[in-house]
Amino acid sequence: MTSIEAANIPERQPTVIHPAWVRVTHWINAVAMLVMIGSGWEIYNASQLFGFTYSSSITLGGWLGGALQWHFAAMWVLAINGMVYVALGLITGRFRSKLLPIRPGEVAADVKAALTLKLAHDDLSKYNSVQRLLYAGIIVVGVTIVLTGLAIWKPVQLQWLTALFGGYDVARYVHFFCMAAIVGFLVVHVLLTLIVPKSLRAMMTGR
Amino acid sequence: MARKQTIIPGVDKRLLIKDAAKLLPDPSRRWFLRGASLGALTLLTGCDIVDSDAAEGVLRRISTFNDRAQAWLFNPNTLAPEYAESRITRPFPFNGYYAEDEAPEIDGKTYKLEVGGLIDNKEPWTLDRLSALPQVSQITRHICVEGWSAIGSWQGVRLSEFLQRIGADTRAKYVWFQCAEGYSNTVDMATALHPQTQLSFKFDNQILPRKYGFPMKCRMPTKLGFKNPKYITAIYVQNNDAGGYWENQGYNWHSGL
Repeated sequence: MTSIEAANIPERQPTVIHPAWVRVTHWINAVAMLVMIGSGWEIYNASQLFGFTYSSSITLGGWLGGALQWHFAAMWVLAINGMVYVALGLITGRFRSKLLPIRPGEVAADVKAALTLKLAHDDLSKYNSVQRLLYAGIIVVGVTIVLTGLAIWKPVQLQWLTALFGGYDVARYVHFFCMAAIVGFLVVHVLLTLIVPKSLRAMMTGR
Repeated sequence: MARKQTIIPGVDKRLLIKDAAKLLPDPSRRWFLRGASLGALTLLTGCDIVDSDAAEGVLRRISTFNDRAQAWLFNPNTLAPEYAESRITRPFPFNGYYAEDEAPEIDGKTYKLEVGGLIDNKEPWTLDRLSALPQVSQITRHICVEGWSAIGSWQGVRLSEFLQRIGADTRAKYVWFQCAEGYSNTVDMATALHPQTQLSFKFDNQILPRKYGFPMKCRMPTKLGFKNPKYITAIYVQNNDAGGYWENQGYNWHSGL
């Protein structure tokens, strides 16, 4: 068995699943997102949209002023890193080749396969249609959370953007729901990584 | 916009506690970035790696950078959206770091506005003289740093008009406001000269009630609510940033909208 493997190595093309720019932007985004979510929860607590608050044990900043400082510092990292990621995703054609097409029929079939634990993931370089939908969707959510953030940060200077999201108060809710979608994504994303640990290795080493 | 769990409508419980904590000796209130406040990062790293003084210093510097970014983004000709009278939030919330019944009580008859700094005429202003200045009106959205907003109606004189009348050097960097309750802050000259920045004597066409800042507040719809001083007793035109009540505690100084 050892000899067969050894014999195979020279012939096998070393496939890079995630190029360096994907890995670097992924981990910068991961840290920036956690800071934005933790501080965002503390900001939310100052004036809640729903009948609950986040426990201060899971928020960042200690009080509103501290949380705002974290939020308005990490926003630069999140937004600049996000722009680099989206630009490279479009320029290199990675988004098109990896995330498209998304066909409802295939999504339904893959959801069914996943739920019956029959969904194959031998080849990490290829996304199934559920992955394509979720990864494409979370990019749209990421862009929306940055835009709604700008809309509620600058409702006078960028009032056209605020109006686009239905005004200041509505934009706050949209901003919140984007956060909820990202947290939901994060839970599934991390959970699936634990089930398929080689996907975590791929995001660290590239293969 | 129903905000629950507040002791007094419009007052954030946390901010009240924060304010009370100021009475404690300095080391015990340096909870800005400590302990539980680092929840998310502690979860992330499994340990408390952030040196809070260093982190606080970095965050303050970024906040100063954000001041410059916001000053750059500020367009002196962009007006805050104005609304129809039917959109006014009623009752308009009282907001402060103290309870409504602790708000300053000022006698309009003896009130005198002190003016100083880089101006030609330092004679104090009585309320009668102030009220006789040409009045403008606005119905704009007040946006609180906490996140909530409310639409209000204010009447008064443009601050730019008043600054012209006292012969202010508008090349100076800041306008500093001192208030009766001990509150103070500075704003950038660009905002002070904005056409919607108003020394307000009326709310909803009635004499400014005590809870909204009698006898005078400065309404700036291009700034977060806490940058809009109430119960103003002195206005100085100057080149040094004298800081501000909330700004000194960590709120972003520019806080432009």
